[in-house]
Amino acid sequence: MWQNWALSLYNKIFGKFPGTGSSETAGKSWAEFFIESVIRVFGFSTIGFVLLIFLFLLKEGLPALWEVAPGNLFGTRWYPTFNMFGTLPLILGSAYVTIAAIVIALPLGVTTAVFVREVAPQWAREILKPLIEVLAGIPSVVLGFFGMHVIAPMLRSALGVPTGLSAFTGAVILAYMSLPTIISVAEDALDSVPKSYRDAALAMGATRWQTIWRVTVPAARSGVAMAVMLGMGRAIGETMAVMMVTGNAARMPLSAGSLFMPVRTMTATVAAEMGEVANGSVHYHTLFGIGIILFILTFMINILAASAIFKKQRKGGLR
Amino acid sequence: MDRYRTQQIGFAVMSLSAIVVVAPIMIVIGIVLVEGARAISWGFIFSMPYEGMKEGGIFPAIVGTLILTVGTAVAAIPVGVAGTVYLAEYAGDTWITRAIRLAIVNLAGIPSIVYGLFGLGMFVLFLHMGTSILAGVLTLAIMTLPVIMSTSEEALRAVPMEFRTVSASLGGTRWQAVRYIVLPQALPGIITGIILGILRAAGETAPILFTVAAFYLPRLPQTPFDQVMALPYHLYVISTQVPAMPIRVQYGTALVLLFIVLSMNVAATALRSYFRRRRQW
Repeated sequence: MWQNWALSLYNKIFGKFPGTGSSETAGKSWAEFFIESVIRVFGFSTIGFVLLIFLFLLKEGLPALWEVAPGNLFGTRWYPTFNMFGTLPLILGSAYVTIAAIVIALPLGVTTAVFVREVAPQWAREILKPLIEVLAGIPSVVLGFFGMHVIAPMLRSALGVPTGLSAFTGAVILAYMSLPTIISVAEDALDSVPKSYRDAALAMGATRWQTIWRVTVPAARSGVAMAVMLGMGRAIGETMAVMMVTGNAARMPLSAGSLFMPVRTMTATVAAEMGEVANGSVHYHTLFGIGIILFILTFMINILAASAIFKKQRKGGLR
Repeated sequence: MDRYRTQQIGFAVMSLSAIVVVAPIMIVIGIVLVEGARAISWGFIFSMPYEGMKEGGIFPAIVGTLILTVGTAVAAIPVGVAGTVYLAEYAGDTWITRAIRLAIVNLAGIPSIVYGLFGLGMFVLFLHMGTSILAGVLTLAIMTLPVIMSTSEEALRAVPMEFRTVSASLGGTRWQAVRYIVLPQALPGIITGIILGILRAAGETAPILFTVAAFYLPRLPQTPFDQVMALPYHLYVISTQVPAMPIRVQYGTALVLLFIVLSMNVAATALRSYFRRRRQW
């Protein structure tokens, strides 16, 4: 039984040998067979890379689970120099900044996507779309630099807070960094709403505005939800900009007032501290442990998004 | 009449939100351009830094970024293009194909800092490459794979099925169709994907933090096992780690980085639209 399975797996990976008489291999030379094998192996390599990444994170990060007592590891104090490895403030910090970013980005992104796809005249579309692509291309370190030097001082003087480096500053930058993702995925979702839906609504006397918000957007809502998910995935994983503008104080962000205080995210912690720890130390393992959390979080978000895509493909989409 | 009023107000609000999205982009680029232009000179771009990087230029960081970008391209292109050809031309709709697509989606979503951790764990420590160009390039290459693959797959799929059918009807094998018909037709799209992929590598900081980037190097790298300075890391370092760093130098570095990345971005977009318009089919 398993031999058959192994053989079919082998055939899937390397293809059928030439000269076996099957119609698939007619006229195929050994050189082609070799090239096609290489192509297949590279095709499969992506799976290997994901597995490798997870494996190495586990290898370096799992020891943290038995080196640090659970009460400490999931405690509220992150002071590695004093052997306090409470990851809770970091996890909450990431969640806090990400949610704040999505609160800003969701209305902006969805209305912009609707505007670009449904309302904007051609000339406006031709200005908006390339600019949004440019935003996606700006390196995060440049946005972080801009946040430090322009946004933070503005916030400090506008709000009269001691430092402009706060969760809010991070959320604003993250919102803009996730906007290109949200807009393009939401646009695709709107794109796949059949034209007949719009025509039907308009034919019944609805205004374009009513058509958009009562027919088109509700019909695209699963795609819009996916856009928000992917935007969140982008925001959770963002490192440099967040590290530069959030002030990096590992405190529990529990109140609304924390919005204008410094926070520290998981990504910023890893980036800031990994350079200084001894390989193989408890601190080192814990930082890799944070990497595992980040990997699993983004993995789940992407699986959800991907399953939505696959479902749509199998159904043949809304079209 | 009332609901048309609502529509008017609604559309106004929507265009306002589009402006709120787009205006800051122009402001960021504008400010970096104006402030950075003051620092840009022949010497800033082509000389080594000195006086604790406060004086002199950023030449080694520019060279480092170019090395990393070219290295990433060399490592990622064969795997990315071959993998795409498999997905678009060979793979059927099996569970393995779905697993590959899932893997690509996931690779695209993994945080850049996690790539950094992976590079540290696998290339730097486990494979004993040390903090080196090689380790950094391999890390960046894996990170750029999903970008290259998803963009080039679109390009391959855009080539009409009839082209392949005709090739097969003339007795060509599948590989011949790929090699002589599909790949040449899809080349502009593939190149666009490659540029988009490596521009991400050029601008990223987190994956190179622990795998290749150096705070300061007195000379240019000599072998693949040397460290390099890189523009994004250099910008991070001079804006957060070096006290009393002249703001002019910081903006200058940001401008050079932004220029490199955005010009690649514009090149990719222009290439795509040029070939889309010229395409006969």
